[in-house]
Amino acid sequence: MFKYLEPPEVEEAKVSNVKIGEIEDMEKDSGKIIKFGNKPVIVVRKADGEYVAFAGVCTHLDCIVQYRNDLEQIYCACHNGRYDLNGRNVSGPPPAPLEKYGIAIKNNEVIVFVEKT
Amino acid sequence: MYKWIDERYNISGLLEFAKKKSVPAYRETIWYYFGGIALLLFIIQVLSGILLLMYYQGTEDSAYESVKYISTKVSFGWLIRSVHSWSANLMILAAFIHMFSVFFLKSFRKPRELTWYTGFGLLLVAMGFGFSGYLLPWNELAFFATKVGTDIAGQLPVIGEPLLKLLRGGEDVTGATLSRFYGFHVAVFPGIFTVLLALHLIFIQRQGMAEPEDWKDLPESERKYIPFFPNFTLRELLFWLIVINILAILAVFFPWELGSKADPFAPAPVGIKPEWYFMFMFQTLKYIPGKVLFLHGEFVGIAIFGIAGLLWFLVPFWDKRTPAGKRNKLITYVGIFVVTFIIVLTIIGYMVD
Ligand code: HEM
Ligand code: FES
Repeated sequence: MFKYLEPPEVEEAKVSNVKIGEIEDMEKDSGKIIKFGNKPVIVVRKADGEYVAFAGVCTHLDCIVQYRNDLEQIYCACHNGRYDLNGRNVSGPPPAPLEKYGIAIKNNEVIVFVEKT
Repeated sequence: MYKWIDERYNISGLLEFAKKKSVPAYRETIWYYFGGIALLLFIIQVLSGILLLMYYQGTEDSAYESVKYISTKVSFGWLIRSVHSWSANLMILAAFIHMFSVFFLKSFRKPRELTWYTGFGLLLVAMGFGFSGYLLPWNELAFFATKVGTDIAGQLPVIGEPLLKLLRGGEDVTGATLSRFYGFHVAVFPGIFTVLLALHLIFIQRQGMAEPEDWKDLPESERKYIPFFPNFTLRELLFWLIVINILAILAVFFPWELGSKADPFAPAPVGIKPEWYFMFMFQTLKYIPGKVLFLHGEFVGIAIFGIAGLLWFLVPFWDKRTPAGKRNKLITYVGIFVVTFIIVLTIIGYMVD
């Protein structure tokens, strides 16, 4: 019975990079969540125009984070967790930093990819 | 006609029994009504829940839409849904009040230990009902509340991971979670609840109502009782009417909101909060640092609540003074502490974000 209740593993679609559009598509000093396979990833375009991307799932209890331009930080509304724009957990309950994703820009197009560690 | 039925089913015997039953009459009698109120609200839950089932669809793509359909298209659908939601909250409130009142009146003492244990089980299942039902409309708030709630369970050592998967039906909160919660909500919990409730009520019927502690020194003549039938029953019915009115006012004038549909790729909305009866635990967890010694903060929190809950559950076991006929002040202090703790943390939870 326990075996029955244990859900079978789902094949995770292997996604290694996602195109998110052209450089000017996102406003400076804003952020958005994109679908990276079946995972949410947060992409932030900083005030100086540079792009960064991190895993969108809070390391605390699984909520999805957002970019707050009033703080210039990544913020988690569930328990007020905050991360800086390097993904480091700077305040609130999150116990670990957000995993970083790579950003590449090719022919004016922004691509998010998994960084090899 | 009465005779016809009575001959076959012995109604008089039943009435005789009901007439003999009595409820102690004193300052605290009012608290004896809350269990009955919780019972009424449970009946309302079952009825309104079954009505909701006629239209509700428990899948990721259609749950939100079907609830929306219920509250906008179906005649009186909004009302049924609002009644189910409000009555759920009132039921849990009534159950909490009921539990604390029997705690302070020490009605859990011998010979009523099992009544206390089943009652505690009922409260837990009621909270399970609330937690699982909350997800069913598949809206944003519910989605994140479920993520957080199940993730906390996942922090437990060893069993955490399998438990998380068991609850979610996978790694993440998805349509699979919704199916499971739906099953819990409309099949598993009603089954468990009904069995516990039956036991709880049978125990009470067999033993009668607990009498106040200091009555044992009173002479028979000074103990006052209200006959259960018809006097207490009528009063209880009056309370039921009041509760039904409160429920109707809440349900009609403050229809339950639906919010926006859950989107697994949208940030958690600002100001997200759990339901009020989880708030005190939720708020406490916020004060526990991420790491305590080498342990996960959440785990420490769960451990504290788990142990506290267990001690509370086992109170008839460790309270040796009350059954021996002595006053146990400690119990009263513990009770006051717990009530204050819950109220204060709940208020803080709503005031700060
Ligand atoms: C056998 C009894 C029950 C049945 C068949 C039932 C059925 C349902 C159904 C179909 C829904 C989804 C529709 C909706 O979300 O509006 C629902 C929601 C819900 N149920 Fe129940 N239910 C039962 C008992 C309970 C009990 C005892 C409680 C609480 C103690 C409860 C609490 C809730 C809550 C909080 C919701 C979410 C309401 C909302 O936001 O719309 N239910 N229930
Ligand atoms: S889930 Fe993000 S701070 Fe708790």
